[in-house]
Amino acid sequence: MNLLAFDWALLIEKLVLIAIIITISLVVAMYATYGERKVAAWMQDRVGPNRAGPFGILQPLADGMKLFFKEEIIPNSSNKFLFILGPCLAMLTAMMTSAIIPWGSELRIGDRVISLQIADINIGILYVFGVVSMGVYGIMIGGWASNNKFSLMAALRGASQVISYELAMGISLIALLMLTGSLSLKTITEQQMAPGHYWNVLYQPLGFLIFFVCALAECNRAPFDLSEAESELNMGYHQEYSSMKLGFFLFSEYINMFISSVIMATLFFGGYDIPFIDESKYNPNLMAWLGVGALMVKALIFIFVFMWIRWTLPRFRYDQLMNLGWKALIPLALINMVITAVVILKYFN
Amino acid sequence: MQALTQKSKPVSREPMSLMEKIYLPAVLKGMSITFSHMFKKKPTVRYPEETRPFSPVFRGLHVLNRDEEGRENCTACGLCAVACPAEAITMEAAERKEGEEHLYREEKYAARYEINMLRCIFCGLCEEACPKDAIYLSETFAPASFARKELVYAKNDLLIPNPKTEPEAFAKAKGLKPIK
Ligand code: SF4
Ligand code: SF4
Repeated sequence: MNLLAFDWALLIEKLVLIAIIITISLVVAMYATYGERKVAAWMQDRVGPNRAGPFGILQPLADGMKLFFKEEIIPNSSNKFLFILGPCLAMLTAMMTSAIIPWGSELRIGDRVISLQIADINIGILYVFGVVSMGVYGIMIGGWASNNKFSLMAALRGASQVISYELAMGISLIALLMLTGSLSLKTITEQQMAPGHYWNVLYQPLGFLIFFVCALAECNRAPFDLSEAESELNMGYHQEYSSMKLGFFLFSEYINMFISSVIMATLFFGGYDIPFIDESKYNPNLMAWLGVGALMVKALIFIFVFMWIRWTLPRFRYDQLMNLGWKALIPLALINMVITAVVILKYFN
Repeated sequence: MQALTQKSKPVSREPMSLMEKIYLPAVLKGMSITFSHMFKKKPTVRYPEETRPFSPVFRGLHVLNRDEEGRENCTACGLCAVACPAEAITMEAAERKEGEEHLYREEKYAARYEINMLRCIFCGLCEEACPKDAIYLSETFAPASFARKELVYAKNDLLIPNPKTEPEAFAKAKGLKPIK
């Protein structure tokens, strides 16, 4: 009868939360594709998609439908199991990171306190790193299983890029973690919300910059989209993919972008903190909702910046990418870490 | 080595300065340029709803003309077909019978007159060749189509509306009303 002692309400609560968060991520990713096309168009003095529905807002649905109806092609010479596993893995890892993000503070319904976070694990950031670095397996497996030179090359590029940039990303984070003293995203957010404490970006501007550049690289976004590189590698790792398997790859890129925007907002921009307002003075439920809104706005701004950069900068050459990663970002991150450590030791001890 | 053109510009191969090496100033400059473009006026013409005004000499879809009394001008002389460099025009002549004077201006007329819009290059030579002012090129496009045979325009598709029975449609096709 141990089962009965289990808190079933908690299970249901979490399941509902998971469903909502997954839906939100998917919808945001869907409309990020639309946003991307619109932003690209505006920056190139065009109007962008405007045929499907008013202002073209049904365009993502039309795109999705098109992808569903396309012919599923699995090349004869490919490794079928891995070929299918690739996009699944890409999608899975993209969705998994959302589990530890604190989307808002707490909701109170009756005497039940619902935390707007699926799991507040105390190694939050490490979990993100673990899952994100799994994400590149989607690209690698997909590219390798296609049995195509270009795809393989793209997969190799993707792998080496992620390895080199993850290092710099990790080191830049260490400096931040020295400040916060916690790996839990919830604690990090709450620290930034505390009165008299500002957003982490003010304490770690260089760290944020490095983290941001690395996030671009981790998401395979321009100017670091070497593993896609339409113009050199014929679409790179997803060249042999068609139909919804291709859709999964493209989609996971947008989900990744959304999630990394949220993580950056959480780590450096106060998460669900509404600037210049002391949340504890108002109705906690209302503030929780507004906090979710604030986090979304921050994330959307980041997504816009991602797109803005994509439509401004040309792609890095491979050697430039490696130079930037190993000779610029990692030393900078190290210096940043050392300086932070010294300052903390000297002034805050 | 002799330069191939006078337009070539020498590229600076000097190593990058520190400012250039840290990329960020140039990145920010580029981003400010793209951002400013977001608010520029878009030159796009939203085609089916909006059309670009054409000059009166624009060579678009053909029209077979009628005179003021609504009679067809064409006398099936075949000069347009001969002039056509793309060999897009086919016709069959027929003789005007008694009582058909209100239909055809000359005693010989085109019973079948077809222009293959897939062949036509819209050069306007047919218009120049015609001695009867019977064919001219209007200011509209040939609309797209999914079937080839729909792009072979028969006489019915080409004839201008009758000025007697449909004066408004005729005026519009002729472009007599000012185009806004
Ligand atoms: S416009 Fe030129 S190509 Fe077209 S039918 Fe007339 S003569 Fe032929
Ligand atoms: S359109 Fe003009 S040139 Fe052509 S057959 Fe008729 S009268 Fe002759």
